[in-house]
Amino acid sequence: MSAWNKHEVFEKNSMILLVGILVMVAIGGLVEIVPLFYLKSTIEKVTGMRPYTPLELAGRNIYIREGCYLCHSQMIRPMRDELERYGHYSLAAESMYDHPFQWGSKRTGPDLARVGGKYSDEWHRDHLVDPRAVVPESIMPGYPFLLEAKVETRGIADHLKANVIVGVPYTDAMVENAAADMAAQANPDSDGVDAFLERYPNALVRDFDGNPKAVTEMDALVAYLQMLGTLVDFSIYDNKADLR
Amino acid sequence: MANSKAKLITLEEGGFALFLVLLAFACLIVAGKTYDQVMAFHTSFGALCAAAGAFVIFKNYFADGGEPIPQEIDGKPNYNMGPVKFGSVAAMFWGIAGFTVGLIIALQLAWPALNFDLPWTNFGRLRPLHTSAVIFAFGGNVLLATSMYVVQRTSRARMPGQILPWFVILGYNAFIVIAGTGYLLGATQGKEYAEPEWYADLWLTIVWVAYLMLFLGTLWKRKEPHIYVANWFYLAFIVTIAMLHLVNNATIPVSVFGTKSYIAWAGVQDAMVQWWYGHNAVGFFLTAGFLAIMYYFVPKRAERPVYSYRLSIVHFWALIFIYIWAGPHHLHYTALPQWASTLGATFSIILWMPSWGGMINGLMTLSGAWDKLRTDPVLRMMVVSVAFYGMSTFEGPLMSLRSVNSLSHYTDWTIGHVHSGALGWVGYISFGALYCLIPWLWNKKSLYSLKLVNWHFWLSTMGIVLYICAMWVSGIMQGLMWRAYDKMGFLEYSFIETVDAMFPFYVIRALGGALFVLGALIMAYNLWMTVRHGEAEVAERQSGGALAPAE
Amino acid sequence: MNETYTSLAAFAQTWGLLYFVLMFALVVAYVAWPNNRKQFEDAAQIPFRED
Repeated sequence: MSAWNKHEVFEKNSMILLVGILVMVAIGGLVEIVPLFYLKSTIEKVTGMRPYTPLELAGRNIYIREGCYLCHSQMIRPMRDELERYGHYSLAAESMYDHPFQWGSKRTGPDLARVGGKYSDEWHRDHLVDPRAVVPESIMPGYPFLLEAKVETRGIADHLKANVIVGVPYTDAMVENAAADMAAQANPDSDGVDAFLERYPNALVRDFDGNPKAVTEMDALVAYLQMLGTLVDFSIYDNKADLR
Repeated sequence: MANSKAKLITLEEGGFALFLVLLAFACLIVAGKTYDQVMAFHTSFGALCAAAGAFVIFKNYFADGGEPIPQEIDGKPNYNMGPVKFGSVAAMFWGIAGFTVGLIIALQLAWPALNFDLPWTNFGRLRPLHTSAVIFAFGGNVLLATSMYVVQRTSRARMPGQILPWFVILGYNAFIVIAGTGYLLGATQGKEYAEPEWYADLWLTIVWVAYLMLFLGTLWKRKEPHIYVANWFYLAFIVTIAMLHLVNNATIPVSVFGTKSYIAWAGVQDAMVQWWYGHNAVGFFLTAGFLAIMYYFVPKRAERPVYSYRLSIVHFWALIFIYIWAGPHHLHYTALPQWASTLGATFSIILWMPSWGGMINGLMTLSGAWDKLRTDPVLRMMVVSVAFYGMSTFEGPLMSLRSVNSLSHYTDWTIGHVHSGALGWVGYISFGALYCLIPWLWNKKSLYSLKLVNWHFWLSTMGIVLYICAMWVSGIMQGLMWRAYDKMGFLEYSFIETVDAMFPFYVIRALGGALFVLGALIMAYNLWMTVRHGEAEVAERQSGGALAPAE
Repeated sequence: MNETYTSLAAFAQTWGLLYFVLMFALVVAYVAWPNNRKQFEDAAQIPFRED
């Protein structure tokens, strides 16, 4: 069994190769990723940032589900044309509660980082149902089914809990009242509105889809779109205090 | 063989059977308790597959009486080619499916009415289906099949285990089905090229560890003292993809009964992790793995050893070390700190050298045999593939420069760049490998028709050229239109005007895609006819004589 | 935190760079070493050893 000894050496060689590969490929990632958890410019907090309301979070999940990120970016670069077209360049802090990030990589459609407040709820509703009814040259798919689908309220508290685990600062009260807050945000006449606004100051409370009878996926998605990029008040934002 | 020993179920069979039975029950429990319909569907599918797997294990055990399969027959390795055959067929099937979905979404961009305004057919759900089908289903099956073939052949040893190889190839394809149907039904993580949700990721992790064990296990059994360089590339691909997959998919599920999960990383950190993953999915899945194919199949087909084995070693270490840094060039001018994206761009430029080193090594393998390009369209396909590799690895570093990227980013230029690599490099080297593999596996003398290979080659080359050129023009044009100013100092074009201007190029792109699909259909027909009607190879290979003693 | 980063970056940009240049030189020396030539030529023939 003289071959046996040799085999053992070869076994070791394949493991040495494996370890060598792992060492080589680990270095780059470590050097580039780890500092981002410590550097001021990537972890600083900016006034105005708050976690998503339950309705916005549900809307964000619909945005992800329908693959909106494949055609729309949410990252304005500091170039003259982009600043004029879309607004102030995006800050790292503005996506600090985004799990996952939705910066995107392609602009088949325009950037949405600051789309909040640019159009009316009705415009968004009509546009999502039939984009070409509003913008004739548009190549966006229509999403009429969002009007019909009731948004899932079951288990929304669990969604907030999962976000707490990954570091989003939802309070216990926010988690407990998640389902109620969801209903309240889409119904300005309901009793829960005051309590909701106490938990999420400056959040928009509207019947986003124009259908007061139900909280639909359209409510959720429009609520999300209408808050995008509106949290930081750039008239008081001091970019000198902020390393970029 | 002692009778009592033959009756005993092996540890491997028993272990897999037990695992699959437990998995089936776990799936059934989740399916029964969930109110998430996608989860119910996927767990039912999982339970069905696991139960079927356990059934087949027991059936085979009783059918063969537990007799072990011989490792060698007449002193020659008894290679296990069943899973390789399955992988090759699956690759062809998923390839055509993935190319077709690509064609559909290309048409949707030209004529949006083709979205039909339904959830399951809109662009946003079909695009991940396209990317995953071509990268992970087509490319993945090609890599699995060729790696199993190459590692056995160059080790001159049978893959270890009876169940393990089948578990790897079938388990991987089950992952593909779960991931693909998940996108259509709306289960996605929303991270490009890492869309499968947490339970699919978990399953892939299990399959991938089994794959690594299978690959290493074959290397451990090898009779060849040296590990051939193709296996180095395969090993780097397997190990690095495992690392990337685990880090980029670190998620917290909302509940075990639901599909939704939230990724551990947030915002800028998530962006960095994602593109570290995303670019190295290109680097290690679509490059290292397919370079392994190049290092085996090009010499094999050209019937001469690789141009420089020394260069291949330098190529290997330089490539894997440098590639891993290049990711942040996807994030120029974003909220990612500039040092990080500059570092990524710097390494992207350096990466040019090992990439071209590899290209030269592949091309020069043909030195002295260039005449074969005229007579052998399969070899021509592989050589053109290496040329496309050279082209896209030249374009890539260029696009990673800050100033170029400011124009090209967010436009179709990126899409064109990806496709020159994907259709030209990955597609052609895979086609070449499959054209070689199918006659070898089914023991046929040659392909059914070289003429059809020629047709495939010219149709798809035309398709690729149309595709890339259309995307260059539309990408650069859109980038310029976005930043154009009129005499008064206002932005000259509204966004929708830049969309409208893309129409003719989207039509040309779809035409290019259609030609590529047509080529693949011809290929499938050709391979089918090879298997069914090809002339059987007379046992010429076995006349090679006695096995050389293992050193 | 920033000081740690700066000092680490300075270290990486000097000693780290030197280390990798040396590693690269070693790999090149290894493959170019005349005595290893036969071994590599032999390995390149592996795909053609059919059973």
